[in-house]
Amino acid sequence: MSEVKVYERPKSWMPNVSSHYCPGCGHGIAHRLVCEVIDELGIQNDTIGVAPVGCAAMIYDYMDTDYCEAPHGRAPAVATGLKTVRPDKIVYTYQGDGDLASIGMGEIVHAANRGQNITVIFINNAIYGMTGGQMAPTTLLGQKATTCPLGRDAKVNGYPIRVSEMLATLPAPGYITRVTVAQPKYIIKAKQAIKKAFQNQVEGKGFSLVEVLSSCPTNWGMRPVEAFDWLISSMMPYYPLGDFKDFD
Amino acid sequence: MAKGRIEVLEQYCKSCGLCVAACPVKVLRISEKTNAKGYRPVEQFKEGCIGCAMCATTCPDAAIEVFKIQE
Repeated sequence: MSEVKVYERPKSWMPNVSSHYCPGCGHGIAHRLVCEVIDELGIQNDTIGVAPVGCAAMIYDYMDTDYCEAPHGRAPAVATGLKTVRPDKIVYTYQGDGDLASIGMGEIVHAANRGQNITVIFINNAIYGMTGGQMAPTTLLGQKATTCPLGRDAKVNGYPIRVSEMLATLPAPGYITRVTVAQPKYIIKAKQAIKKAFQNQVEGKGFSLVEVLSSCPTNWGMRPVEAFDWLISSMMPYYPLGDFKDFD
Repeated sequence: MAKGRIEVLEQYCKSCGLCVAACPVKVLRISEKTNAKGYRPVEQFKEGCIGCAMCATTCPDAAIEVFKIQE
């Protein structure tokens, strides 16, 4: 009788570090998936990440790869610069919805429109996390936030933006998909999508974006398991999972 | 006969309970212990782990290591 280790902490996850994320935060799962993919592709020494502003601003403390911090929303612009001067490196951005879909909307649209050979991991949790639960561009209609305490009203606040669908209308970007980390079965698919997005860059195919539906138990005011249930029942009907664009 | 075993890296666990909900054979629970951060780490409280690694797949803090026992 012998034992085989089937799961261990990823090597590109910083050793002996505990993240600052709230218990049950989807960021931890998404970070771990990115680490696992970097390990599997063997690109730990050739990867440069670009950190956003938001809860994930301190991602460079958790991932044992090179990292660069970008001003709020400007991660795709910084990544474009990095990839231009070091085309041999794998450059990716990790951004939240307050970063990518709000202040950084211009940068992401133009980076996608140029078909830059970068990978974008976009975490959509329908709220501003770090700053205290304000309404994000992706907040659902009727969802409460500190800046829309009665729930988001389309007449006042407009409609939640489906970033993936919008970017998929552009001709240049190659791979655009939406996944979630709500349950193990979705997490396995999410990892495949992230791996594909990195693989595309390794092969020089062009722009890849993976939108990850995630939770914010603290600002949603829910327990972690409840939060993921709410994600499945409320967010997934508005933000359907699937590939919106693919190279093939 | 147990088919698997987990090892909880207690210093990283934040007792979010996602693994408890994800475990298909329901052998996990939040323990009574307290770790250095003040969270109650998760523990395997009965036999029957099948080594499927669903708990590790869902753990946001990579606090679970999974072993499969081979005959």
